[in-house]
Amino acid sequence: MAKVLVVTSGKGGVGKTTSTAALGAGLAQMGEKVVVVDFDVGLRNLDLVMGAERRVVFDLINVVQGVAKLSQALIRDKRLENLWLLPASQTRDKDALTDEGVGRIIADLRTKFDWILCDSPAGIERGATLAMRYADEAVIVTNPEVSSVRDSDRIIGMLDSKTVKAERGERVEKHVLITRYDSARAARGEMLSIEDILEILATPLLGIIPESQDVLRASNVGSPVTLNNAASAPARAYVDAVRRLMGETVTMMVPVERKGLMNRLLGRRAA
Amino acid sequence: MDASAAPTRHLVRMRGRSYVAFVFCPAVPIVGWLEEIDATLARSPGFFVGKPVVLDLSAVEFSQSAIAHLITSLEQRNIRVLGIEGVDAAHVTTSMPPLLTGGRPCVLMQNEPKKPEAKPKPMSLLLESPVRSGQSIVFAEGDVTVLGSVGSGAEIVAGGSIHVYGTLRGRAMAGVNGNSAARIYCQKIEAELLAIDGYYQTAEDISATLRNRPAQAWLDGDIVKISPLN
Repeated sequence: MAKVLVVTSGKGGVGKTTSTAALGAGLAQMGEKVVVVDFDVGLRNLDLVMGAERRVVFDLINVVQGVAKLSQALIRDKRLENLWLLPASQTRDKDALTDEGVGRIIADLRTKFDWILCDSPAGIERGATLAMRYADEAVIVTNPEVSSVRDSDRIIGMLDSKTVKAERGERVEKHVLITRYDSARAARGEMLSIEDILEILATPLLGIIPESQDVLRASNVGSPVTLNNAASAPARAYVDAVRRLMGETVTMMVPVERKGLMNRLLGRRAA
Repeated sequence: MDASAAPTRHLVRMRGRSYVAFVFCPAVPIVGWLEEIDATLARSPGFFVGKPVVLDLSAVEFSQSAIAHLITSLEQRNIRVLGIEGVDAAHVTTSMPPLLTGGRPCVLMQNEPKKPEAKPKPMSLLLESPVRSGQSIVFAEGDVTVLGSVGSGAEIVAGGSIHVYGTLRGRAMAGVNGNSAARIYCQKIEAELLAIDGYYQTAEDISATLRNRPAQAWLDGDIVKISPLN
């Protein structure tokens, strides 16, 4: 049974695209057949993070408008054979998306894949609402800061009212993914604590991704962080999140302060 | 002592009583009319069972044998005729049901189930899930109770009081229809704005000592007062 999962946040720059790529690659590594769909029409980025930007011929809008077939627009990942990308158009804007067009594509993708990951654009307008429209599950990406948390709260409200599932009286299963968690700043009390975020959002936690240079490094080389450096802290946190998405129970690890860990390692080496 | 008691005479007492009966008015052709009866019976076979039926033959000119035939036809359909009306006495034999006169039309009681009385509108609104940022709950008819939290950027507008069993981070406006006795209660106060009957306090006005505690807001004259709930 195919699952449609929207990765959304409301606020921009919190790590939706990075998370979509990392979760998509993580699911594919576990043997699931996955497609990541870029809904950020006009400001596409997922192709870059996936390292497929030079292979884009047709895109989501072409398929919506019937110019191209779905099979022509899907791009297969070079590293994982069961990971696919449906890119967005860079030259159009979100008005080119239609409800029935998106519905048709999602229905088509459901017959071909186990997981359909929709990378939502920021905001609460057409692009974001259409990305979540047909979702069964949602990952709400949140940074530990008040503006991001409040926007996430708004998005959760929309997931509970504007999706097809909500209109049928069912519930979209929601998960909070906290990204860019800086343990040093958290220790100094400069960020919202995990408890505060979960108390405000009243939604189960999927994972905590630590702030890391590895994320930027992976994006720059066009590779999902789970593929680029599987041993890195963010990659391991994403893999845990993927396992939770698959229904496993994985103990939640709150990232500890990096410096202390490094000091300990250095101290051990010196001894 | 006289052992035998004289037999007492009983008077035959007569009482008048009136009943409601179905009145059939057969029309010509009688075959077609009987088909109509059959159609009714096909829809609800027990329709005439146990119901007194009177034949009103004033609209038709039937001979004695025609009347006898009609009564037999009805009996074949399990319809028993109680009496006949609107026909000359010469046409009725002793084997037929008696001739009736003086019938008065009446309204048959419809046996429809009574409509349930319209319930009075609920005077309170219960929200079991958190109220999210950007959502606006307006309930001018009465109280609003929220079991979860009210997010920053959400608002609750109530004609009566507002009860929040989580944290109140958004805006709460109680007594919007001029109800100055309305109050706002919350488990944890971090509200952006509290208003009662149009008088309001913003977050800046709320004392820092009250924050994160159970509190209530009420109207004292034209000043919104906030006090801890203990």
